[in-house]
Amino acid sequence: MFRFILSRLLQSIPVLLIVIATTFFLVRAAPGGPFSAEKSVPPEVVKALEAQYNLDQPIWQQYISYMNDLIHGDFGPSFRYPGRTVNELIAAGLPVTAELAFYAMLVAVIIGISAGVYAGLRPNTMHDYLPMSAAMIGICMPSFLMGPLLVLVFGIELEWLPVSGWGSTPGDKILPTLTLGLGYAAFIARLSRGGMLEVMTQDYIRTAKAKGLSPTAIVLKHALRGGLIPVIAFLGPVFAGLLSGSFVVETIYQIPGLGRFYVQAAFNRDYTMILGTTVFFAALIIFFNLLSDVIAVWCNPKLRHQYRSDS
Amino acid sequence: MSRPIQYNESPLTQILPSIGKSTSLWMDGWIRLKKNTLAIVSLAILILFCAVALLTPVIAPYGYEEQDLLLGAASPSLAHPLGTDIFGRDMLTRIMYGSRISLAVGFLASSVAVFIGVFWGAIAGYSGGRIDAAMMRLVDILYALPFMIFIVLLMVVFGRNILLLFLAIGAVEWLTMARIVRGQVLALKQQQFIEAALSLGLSHWTIIRRHLIPNILSPVIVYATLTIPSVMLLEAFLSFLGLGIQPPESSWGLLISYGVETMEEYPWLILFPGLFLSITLFALNFLGDGLRDALDPRTSKD
Repeated sequence: MFRFILSRLLQSIPVLLIVIATTFFLVRAAPGGPFSAEKSVPPEVVKALEAQYNLDQPIWQQYISYMNDLIHGDFGPSFRYPGRTVNELIAAGLPVTAELAFYAMLVAVIIGISAGVYAGLRPNTMHDYLPMSAAMIGICMPSFLMGPLLVLVFGIELEWLPVSGWGSTPGDKILPTLTLGLGYAAFIARLSRGGMLEVMTQDYIRTAKAKGLSPTAIVLKHALRGGLIPVIAFLGPVFAGLLSGSFVVETIYQIPGLGRFYVQAAFNRDYTMILGTTVFFAALIIFFNLLSDVIAVWCNPKLRHQYRSDS
Repeated sequence: MSRPIQYNESPLTQILPSIGKSTSLWMDGWIRLKKNTLAIVSLAILILFCAVALLTPVIAPYGYEEQDLLLGAASPSLAHPLGTDIFGRDMLTRIMYGSRISLAVGFLASSVAVFIGVFWGAIAGYSGGRIDAAMMRLVDILYALPFMIFIVLLMVVFGRNILLLFLAIGAVEWLTMARIVRGQVLALKQQQFIEAALSLGLSHWTIIRRHLIPNILSPVIVYATLTIPSVMLLEAFLSFLGLGIQPPESSWGLLISYGVETMEEYPWLILFPGLFLSITLFALNFLGDGLRDALDPRTSKD
């Protein structure tokens, strides 16, 4: 197990390096410098600015100094907001996005698994068709459509919930959380239904039934563990999806989180901010993929033994 | 929702109405698909949407940019069945034009993905050994990259170019296809007909093209059908953020993002484009599930 984690950790280092290098050179190759939008700036000022941000050095030198800063945890200054660093912007946005993603993950996992397991234990009945039809709607309704519709119904027509902000008025966290979480709840419901269907035909479930265990005990103690393996393996991608979903949700609800900063930086061509957040997101996503893989192996005795016999 | 798996039905009696009449694999698949009402309805809807998209310049009731400023945003009426936007432009026309881009991106970018994925997977699986390991390791590495962020980055860096959008989306979506194809090819290449082809002196390349790829077409078609909706979602997502299709071009994602701005006063401006996008995604997902059950019964599960 330890060896598996170590090898996966070592594998993610080159991935991260590729991400950093690609992002860095892509951003530097972009047409139009970060200061080209500002009109009628004298050439001396541009030169001074470029010198200040090291843009006058050869590109490989810029890369080395950027990597050096990165190793020391410094993402550099923001081009767009003078005097603010990318670190400060990330520190300001991360707690908000993390809270949003955490709640959305809770919604996705709780609703998704309960609906999926419920349906998977009663295949091809109404108890299966209804939640699975709802899940299909959730999959086919993208967050940028679900969000506005939720706002329209619960915010504007019924006036039950506030339609923007984060933590400023009571209840304003509900709609963003649902918008981000429900789509993934639908995916998780389908996965856990499929997993349950497969597990319930296994011999060890028949054995458990033959032992006279109660249906609840069979499901909770025996079936869930195997049936949810596909879900656990999917949690890494869910996390990545939640991060990119936060771009949309934070834009719709005007939440001052990382996703909104990223989209704004994209529009403002704030290159250091784009670079910094991309690297930061990539590191997070790689880490969570690793985590979900490790948990998936840990939960699956077959895989666990395979890795044990390797070492 | 996928068609339930029927373990107790005998496949022979199910697919062959009269034993003795031989049917091809594709005929079997079609017979099974025809029994799946949802999938057939989805197929019909998709054909209709594609036909309308192709014929839009001919059959659209109004011009794409035709404004009626006096009318402004009008709710649905006989003259404008889906209403008009704030400039008095007919929504049905705009949705029809938008469907051209949305569907084109969906189909073309998926084709790019399918093409790369099939050849990559087939070559890796057929070669085996070190080539296979190296090629699949690359897929693993690419899998770990946060692609959504990369696509946003590409759009920012190189401008919002629709061709680039095709390539970027296509380049992301081929990975799963490569894995599926490789797995299939690994199993197939042990079979005797490949050995026979080799002993006849066919080149490896001919074997891949003529013998391996035709035999893996059914999982490829199934997965391709499921790739299209995810590609369309990606395009709509980018357009919604203002990073995808740019005006004067239009797509459903862009129409939705316009609709959001005025949805409080004119809800139909978001409802109709959203409805059409959702119906298309529904239809593609149902058709994909139906095809999977029909063509590839072994792998049919959620």
